[in-house]
Amino acid sequence: MDSAGFTSPYTPNTDDDRRKMLDAIGVDSIDDLFLDIPAERRNPALDLPPPASELELRREIEAMANRNLTPGEYACFLGAGSYRHFVPAVVRQIASRSEFMTSYTPYQPEVAQGTLQAHYEFQSLVCQLTGMEVANAGMYDGSTALAEAALMAARVTRRNRIAVFETVSPYLRDVIETYTEAPGLETNPARAGVGEHGPAVTTSSPEDGTGLPPDTACLVVQQPNFYGYFEDMAPLSKAARDAGALLVVSVDPLSLAMFRPPADFDADIVVAEGQALGVAPTFGGPYVGFFACKQKYLRQMPGRIVGKTQDTRGRAGYVLTMQTREQHIRREKATSNICTSVGLIALMSTVYMASQGKRGLRHVAELCYHKAHYAASLIERIPGYSIADRVAPSSREQIFFREFVVECPGPPSEINERLLEYGIIGGLDVSGGYAAQNGMLVCCTEVNSREEIEALASALAEIGRDYVQP
Amino acid sequence: MSSPSDRRYIKDHDWVQVEDDGAATFGITDYAQDSLGDVVFVELPEPGSQVSQSESFGEIESVKAVSELVAPLSGTVTERNEAVLDAPELVNDSPYADGWLLKVELADPAELDNLMSAEEYDSFLASGS
Amino acid sequence: MFSPDSDGRRKLLMDRSAPGRVGTTMPPLDVPEQALPPADMLRADLDMPEVSEAELVRYFSQISQFNFSIDHNFYPLGSCTMKYNPKLNDEMAGLPGMAEIHPRQPAPTVQGALKLMHELQGLLAEITGMAGASLAPMAGAEGELTGMLMIRAYHLARGDTKRTAALIPDSAHGTNPASAAMAGYDVVTLPTDANGNTDLDALRAAVGDDIAGFMLTQPSTLGLFDTNITEVIRIVHDAGGLLYGDGANLNALLGRVKPGDLGFDVVHSNLHKTFTQPHGGGGPGAGAVMVNDRLLPFLPSPVVERRTDADGNESYDLASPPQTIGKMGAFHGNFGALVRAYSYIRTLGDSGVNAVSEDAVVNANYVLSQLKDLYDLPYDRTCMHEVVFSARNLKRDYGVSALDVAKRLIDYGVHPPTMYFPLIVEEALMIEPTETESRETLDQFIGVMRRIAQEARDNPALLRDAPHDTPNTRLDEAAAARRPNLRWRPQ
Repeated sequence: MDSAGFTSPYTPNTDDDRRKMLDAIGVDSIDDLFLDIPAERRNPALDLPPPASELELRREIEAMANRNLTPGEYACFLGAGSYRHFVPAVVRQIASRSEFMTSYTPYQPEVAQGTLQAHYEFQSLVCQLTGMEVANAGMYDGSTALAEAALMAARVTRRNRIAVFETVSPYLRDVIETYTEAPGLETNPARAGVGEHGPAVTTSSPEDGTGLPPDTACLVVQQPNFYGYFEDMAPLSKAARDAGALLVVSVDPLSLAMFRPPADFDADIVVAEGQALGVAPTFGGPYVGFFACKQKYLRQMPGRIVGKTQDTRGRAGYVLTMQTREQHIRREKATSNICTSVGLIALMSTVYMASQGKRGLRHVAELCYHKAHYAASLIERIPGYSIADRVAPSSREQIFFREFVVECPGPPSEINERLLEYGIIGGLDVSGGYAAQNGMLVCCTEVNSREEIEALASALAEIGRDYVQP
Repeated sequence: MSSPSDRRYIKDHDWVQVEDDGAATFGITDYAQDSLGDVVFVELPEPGSQVSQSESFGEIESVKAVSELVAPLSGTVTERNEAVLDAPELVNDSPYADGWLLKVELADPAELDNLMSAEEYDSFLASGS
Repeated sequence: MFSPDSDGRRKLLMDRSAPGRVGTTMPPLDVPEQALPPADMLRADLDMPEVSEAELVRYFSQISQFNFSIDHNFYPLGSCTMKYNPKLNDEMAGLPGMAEIHPRQPAPTVQGALKLMHELQGLLAEITGMAGASLAPMAGAEGELTGMLMIRAYHLARGDTKRTAALIPDSAHGTNPASAAMAGYDVVTLPTDANGNTDLDALRAAVGDDIAGFMLTQPSTLGLFDTNITEVIRIVHDAGGLLYGDGANLNALLGRVKPGDLGFDVVHSNLHKTFTQPHGGGGPGAGAVMVNDRLLPFLPSPVVERRTDADGNESYDLASPPQTIGKMGAFHGNFGALVRAYSYIRTLGDSGVNAVSEDAVVNANYVLSQLKDLYDLPYDRTCMHEVVFSARNLKRDYGVSALDVAKRLIDYGVHPPTMYFPLIVEEALMIEPTETESRETLDQFIGVMRRIAQEARDNPALLRDAPHDTPNTRLDEAAAARRPNLRWRPQ
């Protein structure tokens, strides 16, 4: 099919324009410009629907959107790496400015100071939040940031073994494995004296283990862990140090507004999924990965970095810098193939952090903490349900941030199906894994009202009666 | 401009100056620093390391290029130019003096025979390489 | 009139901060306060900006105006396909039923989203002539890595462990060798021949049982359709290698040829280039991969499958291909970009897809025809969607570089073209007008380029000092790299 007679709002040239241009080029027809394509493959049949007008398409896509159960209309207690938080209007408004949204990578600094300055703000706030010395301008998401941190640790230490602590999210572990297997790294689960605590989902120190193997490049830890609970960082840090390995921590960035950062425990590389700070869940992306490390590892860091400098008239300005690490210069020897910093999403998280500010971030974190613990206190009183951490031995191990594991009286998948009848999207089914047998990972944030939390508890109570003998 | 005649050269645009006692100094040529542009980073081996003739002993970076530093001779590193590590622009400003890179104790003075004289290097440059 | 000076606008958030200011408010706690953890776990202090909402808006609005962008400027940045980004697409991605859904919701609660992804897989497979697609990769470079990991998995599944290297042309984007290296391959670089095609003799000499595959950008980064393509693919396949198609330049081919028909085994598409996800100052992107039958089992997870029950009811679910290379991210890809790509392809439909490639190619050849007398044309052929000139004549005659020409364009309100790439063209100026620009815009651009060539002769200093009227003149990149200042610190 050719385009004869087609008019699109996105292709302004008319047949008359094309005629004049073809004349100037010196060819008879558009087809003459495509003669380099092998004739037998040229102009194939294309089985696509006909063009849709804006009105028709809007109706169709709105109908698709309406087939999704939308959190907000439904109470939702899902977390597990993607979090629902309130996003102030100013975040979307600034990020939808076309100067930010429709510009390219800031390779030409004279016409990209807006983007570059925003990137520098992002790097600054990521450093402040994580307590680390340097940060890059952003990675695809938290999972690839973590995988790249493992690769970086292998470069820094010239070692090939990646020890992944077993409470790291299985979703993160999957990505680490995809990224590290082909280049010949070995990933090993690191254990830490767990298991003997029964269904406990927190971990203690590796004191009863034999420590990490001496060829370990890094110990990868998630803080708080996949199940929402805080790891005891000091012994983990020591275990990494004793093995001469780097400590790589995937951190929940919102938790840092309330809890001590891994930098306090000598973490070498800290990464985070930045989505919780100002980005809607969007069915999983686009998000932005935070990537921060110690200054001494700067030259091994992947990703884009913005630096401050001066122009020919002595005025301050910003440029992409340390570019010799990157693929467009060092090619196969680059620190990574990454060619984006997910600038727009990084901007959203920058505006979010600035909008909430010093007090707001702490307040949001505390709202999450209190609501999650309130929800846990209600659920643990329901016959047949328990909260997994209550069986852990040490007091520190009972501490979670905004997620916790509920041991359900029946399969969480069934319970979740029933919860939908109450207008509730329940927590993630984590049964059969590291957590309890019928574990449900429940997440509460500031968007979950008291009414929603109490409705969840009473729905769980009603559903639970079908499983628990009186 | 002709290259200093008191040292020898390789095609990778590094020079070496050998003292009577067998101590050698490595650096990059004026042509090399000019082609690279503003040097922003130099990576050099620690004293005590071994370097081998025709093999890489470090890297030198400008804003948008990276080059391997190639050893003109084999030997043991006795000193590296710490001033260049702190202020890489020295390589641009003074490639043959303050911008030197390594001091090396030679392993095999016979390797000198493989190197170009200043005249040979200048005609190598003139030939368009 | 009050006009904030440049320095005032450059003041950073932390320097604008005043204790007590807030940018938003949040509700008070509505549940009973719970016991806090031990004090030794809590953070004593976190320094973050304290600014009002109004200041936040003014600050970011002011610095935003330092940017050139598609909505404000002609942006002929070669190989980047800076086409207009339709507004409808943004609104569709922002619908609450798209933006607010959680990636771990059970499949029955996200049927609309899964249907959209399934349809998009089909549309992209049809456009590229492939058997299947995964939308998981979150950027073009991640799509490349995905493709190379699939090629690796394919060989290993056949017990073929000898293939340790990948072939890549010297004109390739840097992401190609970097992606191949991340997939564990050594890189063998192939030269380009005098016509800008793959050098067939070099290819014949390079292939063998150690070569896993060939990563080829078609059309190439020279903006040329490699006319050796049929022979290239035959040589690589005969030697047991697979063909990776870098779809960075897919815009030129839409509707005119399907990479799958040519014999490519896998191709990725940068949805932010060809399918209009806004570039966002450097992301987000999306890098869907499309494969033929032999790589289908190795696609990354997830793919979306459609199921039909006994009553004929259709449903959609996320699935993992049988020999999948695994996960490329924690979730299902950059869904927001997928909504936009779907909306865009549906707007175009069958006839509109052809209009994209036709106008992209006509526009590029028009620019070529109107500037080739003033700028050197290293490969004097019909180009595809972009044209690569060389400013070497200006450099030789007037001491003016490609960089100077590019920076002077800024003074005329045009974003610079891509410079010094591909690496095999001296003083390269790579111009990609895209199909969304009108003839009038191109005529203005051509006029400016001709004027700059004249200025190069009459007043080269004007170019060397350009740009003149931007918030910053040329910046000292050497100083930035020598003594990195990468974050705000208290004065």
